[in-house]
Amino acid sequence: MEAHASQTLLPGFADPVADAQRAFKAVMQAMSRPARAVPFEVALTAPAPLSPVVAAMLLALADYETPIWLDVPLRNQAVVQFLSFHSGARIVREPEEAVFAVASDPATMPPLMLLRQGTPEYPDRSTTLIVQVAALRAEGLRFEGPGIKREAQFSFPGAPSRFAAELAANRAQFPCGVDLIFAAPGAIAALPRSVRLVKEA
Amino acid sequence: MSTSTTRTTYNFAYLDEQTKRMIRRAILKAIAVPGYQVPFASREMPMPYGWGTGGVQVTASILGKDDVLKVIDQGADDTTNAVSIRKFFEKTAGVATTTHTGEATVIQTRHRIPEQPLGENQVLVYQVPIPEPLRFLEPREPETRRMHALEEYGLMHVKLYEDIARHGHIATTYAYPVKVDGRYVMDPSPTPKFDNPKMDHCAALQLFGAGREKRIYALPPYTRVESLDFEDHPFERTHIAARCELCGSAGVYLDEVVTDDKGGRMFVCSDTDHCEKQRGEGTP
Repeated sequence: MEAHASQTLLPGFADPVADAQRAFKAVMQAMSRPARAVPFEVALTAPAPLSPVVAAMLLALADYETPIWLDVPLRNQAVVQFLSFHSGARIVREPEEAVFAVASDPATMPPLMLLRQGTPEYPDRSTTLIVQVAALRAEGLRFEGPGIKREAQFSFPGAPSRFAAELAANRAQFPCGVDLIFAAPGAIAALPRSVRLVKEA
Repeated sequence: MSTSTTRTTYNFAYLDEQTKRMIRRAILKAIAVPGYQVPFASREMPMPYGWGTGGVQVTASILGKDDVLKVIDQGADDTTNAVSIRKFFEKTAGVATTTHTGEATVIQTRHRIPEQPLGENQVLVYQVPIPEPLRFLEPREPETRRMHALEEYGLMHVKLYEDIARHGHIATTYAYPVKVDGRYVMDPSPTPKFDNPKMDHCAALQLFGAGREKRIYALPPYTRVESLDFEDHPFERTHIAARCELCGSAGVYLDEVVTDDKGGRMFVCSDTDHCEKQRGEGTP
C-alpha cells in the first residue's frame, strides 16, 4: 500500500520459532525468579525509542489477541508500524484496554492503578507492564515471595518516588494486580504481583 | 516455500506459533498468581484426552532446541505413555531425550515427582486430569471460581474432616490438596501424597497442564506449598516400611508388582531412573 513505509520497516525475528522461544524462556525465567536479572540477548534492530529487548518480547508474546498500549514517546509511526506489522497486535490509546503496556521511561511510567487489574474470579485478565530502564541493580528494595529463595534486592535508575507505595498497593489486592517486567539492554527482571516488599527494620 | 523439497513436516514441537503464544501468556500469568488455574484455549492433540494433552501442550510451548526432555509415567521412563510422548517430541521437535533425572532440563510427568531433588535449571511439567480441587465437592464451575475468589475453602476442610470421622485419619492418599503461598488451594494432580513435601520450596519451576479441562497453573521455585490438615491431625507423609527388592532403596515410593498367579508379589521403586542408578551406573 504505502511504498515509503515498507522501505523503512525493520525486519522482525530472523528465526521466528527459535527466537520467540528464547525470548519467552527469558521472560518465564524472570517471572519465576522475581527481582533477579536474566540475560536477554537479541539480534533484533528496533525503531527508536523502542528497545530491542522489548521489541523481542512483544514479537514473542503479542498478537491479534493482545492489545498493546505505548506511552507518548513510543507512539510514533515507525514503532506502531513495526509492532502492528510483525505482531498483528492492535495499538490502543487507553492503558486499561491493554494486555501489554510499554513505558519508555520509568520516571513517567503509568500509575499501576490505571492498568487492567483482573477480577477476583479472573485475576489473569490483567495488564503486564513493560518498562524500559537503563540498568538493573541487585540492591535497593527488598523482596520476598514465591520464586525468591530468601530475599532478593532490586532497583533500577530513575524509579519514580511513588514506586514502592504502588508496589505495596499492587500486592495488597492480590490475586488481582499488574505484573511488571523491566527491560535493560541485554537483561530483564520481573516483579510479578506475587512479590512482597520487605519492610525496612 | 522451502518445505517443498522436504517431506511434510510439523512446526517445531507440533504446535503452531499462535497457539504457543497463547499458552505462553497463560503460563506467565499462572506463574504470577501461583496456584490459580488460568483458562487457556486447549487444542486437540494427536492423542486422546487422558494421555497428557495438557502436559504435552505446556511442554511444546516451553521447549527449545537445546532442551533435554525426560518423560515419566508413574515414575517410570519405559511405560507406554512415557515412551509415546517422548517419541512424539523426538519426532516433532528433534530435541535430545534422556531417562536420567539430573540431565533433563524439562521433565514431563504423569503423577510422580522424581526421587532425586530437582535443580533451578529444571522445569517439571505435570499432566493433570482434573485441575479443580473443589470439583467433586461443588460441580458448578461459576461456584468453584467464586469460592477461589473469596478464599472460601471450608468445604475442603469438611471433606478432610469427614475422612477423620469415618476412618480415624485423613484417608486421602493421592491428589491431596495443598495451599499455595497461603492463598490458593490447588490440586497437585493425582500424585501420591508421599510426593507432596517435594513440592514445597522446590528449586525447579513446576507447571501444570490440563488439556480436557483447559487449565494451566504453576508453582514458581521456592514457593510455600502446605498440605491441608488440622492441628490435631497434622499431614503425614505415607510411611513406606518396605525396601525396593531390586535396588534395596528405603524411603522411596514403591510399586507392588504381581509376579505370578500364586500370590507372589514384590515391591520395586516407582522411579525407574532412581532404581537403575542405585543398582549401578553401568545399567543401560
